[in-house]
Amino acid sequence: MQLEFTAEHQAFRKEVREWLAANVPAEPLKTFDTEEGFQQHREWEKKLYEGRWGMITWPEEMGGRGADLIQWLIFEEEYYAARAPLRVNQNGIFLLGPTLMEYGTEEQKKKFLTGMATGEDIWCQGWSEPNAGSDMAAIRSKAELSDDGSHYVINGQKTWSTRAVWADWCFGMFRTEPDSQRHHGLTFILVPLDLEGITVRPIPQLDGLPGFAEIFFDNVKVPAEYRLGGEGEGWKVAMATAGFERGLMLRSPARFQETAKRLVELYQANRESADRDPANREAVLRAYMDAEAYTLTTYQTACRLIKGGKIGAEASTNKIFWSELDQQMHATALSILGARAELQPHAPDAAGVGTWLDGWMFAQSGPIYAGTNEIQRNIIAERMLGMPRK
Amino acid sequence: MDFTFSEDQLLFQESVRDFLVNEITPEKIRELWETDSGRSPELWSQLAELGLTGITVPEDFGGLGMHMLDFVLLAQECGYVALPAPLVHTAMVAVPLIVNSANDNLQQTWLPKIASGEAVVMVGLEQNIFVEDAHIADLLILEKAGALYAVEPGNATLRANESVDLSRKLFVVEFDEAKADKIAEGDAAQSLIDAALNGGALGVAAEALGLAQRMVDISVQYTSERKQFGVAIGTFQAVKHHMANIAYRLEYAKAPAARAAYAIDHGQDKIAMAVSHVKLAASEVANLAAKNCIQVHGAMGYTWEVDLHIYMKRAWAYASTWGDAAFHKQRVADYVLANDAKLGAGNTF
Repeated sequence: MQLEFTAEHQAFRKEVREWLAANVPAEPLKTFDTEEGFQQHREWEKKLYEGRWGMITWPEEMGGRGADLIQWLIFEEEYYAARAPLRVNQNGIFLLGPTLMEYGTEEQKKKFLTGMATGEDIWCQGWSEPNAGSDMAAIRSKAELSDDGSHYVINGQKTWSTRAVWADWCFGMFRTEPDSQRHHGLTFILVPLDLEGITVRPIPQLDGLPGFAEIFFDNVKVPAEYRLGGEGEGWKVAMATAGFERGLMLRSPARFQETAKRLVELYQANRESADRDPANREAVLRAYMDAEAYTLTTYQTACRLIKGGKIGAEASTNKIFWSELDQQMHATALSILGARAELQPHAPDAAGVGTWLDGWMFAQSGPIYAGTNEIQRNIIAERMLGMPRK
Repeated sequence: MDFTFSEDQLLFQESVRDFLVNEITPEKIRELWETDSGRSPELWSQLAELGLTGITVPEDFGGLGMHMLDFVLLAQECGYVALPAPLVHTAMVAVPLIVNSANDNLQQTWLPKIASGEAVVMVGLEQNIFVEDAHIADLLILEKAGALYAVEPGNATLRANESVDLSRKLFVVEFDEAKADKIAEGDAAQSLIDAALNGGALGVAAEALGLAQRMVDISVQYTSERKQFGVAIGTFQAVKHHMANIAYRLEYAKAPAARAAYAIDHGQDKIAMAVSHVKLAASEVANLAAKNCIQVHGAMGYTWEVDLHIYMKRAWAYASTWGDAAFHKQRVADYVLANDAKLGAGNTF
């Protein structure tokens, strides 16, 4: 065990820090749940790509740096510490990207990875349907292969597609075998959202902004070469994506460490009123410890993966841990803020603290998306602990 | 950066686990409850033969010369079987204290005997008022008014206090400084006392992780066999989620244990915070395990007959020993709320 960064890693950290210091916009961008903010974030993705910082773990020929997972964690630490913009293309670069590298043909990789990295193609997900939420195997949207095999005809409806309102592409699973059951007969298909027959209906989320949407497919013709992996192998391909999502890529420890730090600062700045309730101090300390535990455990997992280990069912522990931590930290902040907790960020007396309310609202989604925490608990019990399924 | 244990460390853990699980059965623990001392000299000899009593004793004194990081995995295994012997105390508290005391006489007299299993040395601190296993100690090292004394057991009075965990043997020890050897005072004593407390707290934290795992294993097995409404109760989500809630907290308490051991071995300046963090996290998950595991056992969990209580009671006991929760929270606060605290991304290592 060696818990120090190498000189090479330290030099890398310095390089990231310097680039971010010179390039992170001084004024925070508008949220990407608005049209203007979405375009601003798209520009930011392009800037990252031009500096070869878009997706550093990707191979050099795909615009990356072939970085290892420790470098990735360092990059994320600097990124969050610099308060750089959130990644509007996270569904693409963090989830679909790695899946493409595993299952894509050479042409698909060439076509999709670059567009994704430059921010030209922003991706959304098409998993959930009105009757397929936690039960993803209940998917009913159909994709029928044309007789000449040149294209699929898609009919059906997807929902809860984050950032679908202004996205360019959607990836998801469709039923290609008409009478197939559950996770059989599903195929993973990449769909351009500007095709005829597609209707995107925004859904206002908790903060009123159209952060996600429904997508309706009415006889939509999608070229067959946009299938990822084999026909009927959708479930297997999707599981790889879900693995990335719950695993290392989606929620970096740095994000929670920075929130914990801001929470400590908030507590210190409001010490007198906060200490009227001893629970506040305790919750602040817990936030720090849990963010630290999340970081330590993530580094340990990354080191194990570098040595050839695999992520198993314990990835499900990760999802529960960070989503509950995020809720706990924001709840603590609101408790410290007292009467100001309910103020919208733009309210004059919320200056400087209103973002906690936004964060609190967003934190409500954590235990739900990417597989609810109840599903994760089932996975832990059955696959990690070996409890009986039936 | 390499946050993994070596092959050797993991193999050693495995062999110690095999030995302990075979040897320290629940039946064996129940037998020892019926004896006067509650301790088995034969077991101590076996542990010595495996090199475990001298694991942190330097090689020059007949030990294996290993460190906290080597032992922290083994301490988890000691917890897994609720070991009724002061091995963790020996390896993580008594031996490091003697080694760090720079007292030649103490080292030459006691370290070889600890390694060979001929002697047991126990440490009593004011922060940890009940001295463990004083009744079988050949030497006691005790804190009094900021100094440390080596006390012959014959010169001390022991008042036995029964613990909820019958395997724990606790004593209030009184002694006359005039009949004891002062081995350190002032700053020197304080640094030995701090180190002893950190070693003890990390030791019971690591044991608590093993205890939590054991309670989960016992309960997974029970709920997979016990049937109600025609099915194994382990198929019910309410039962599964009780277990999953332990498992995910447990998963996130392991790396902090390794980090704390590493911090001690490398003399890092965040030792107090790192140790207190894992002590709090491990105590919490072990107590949660106790609570949820008795629940999924139903009425059986409330009986003397089912083995669960062996591990559950040890977990309860450990929550407030080697520094209670208030003590450890204060130490985390001292770190986190300091004016120059290094918080946020990039400050963990």
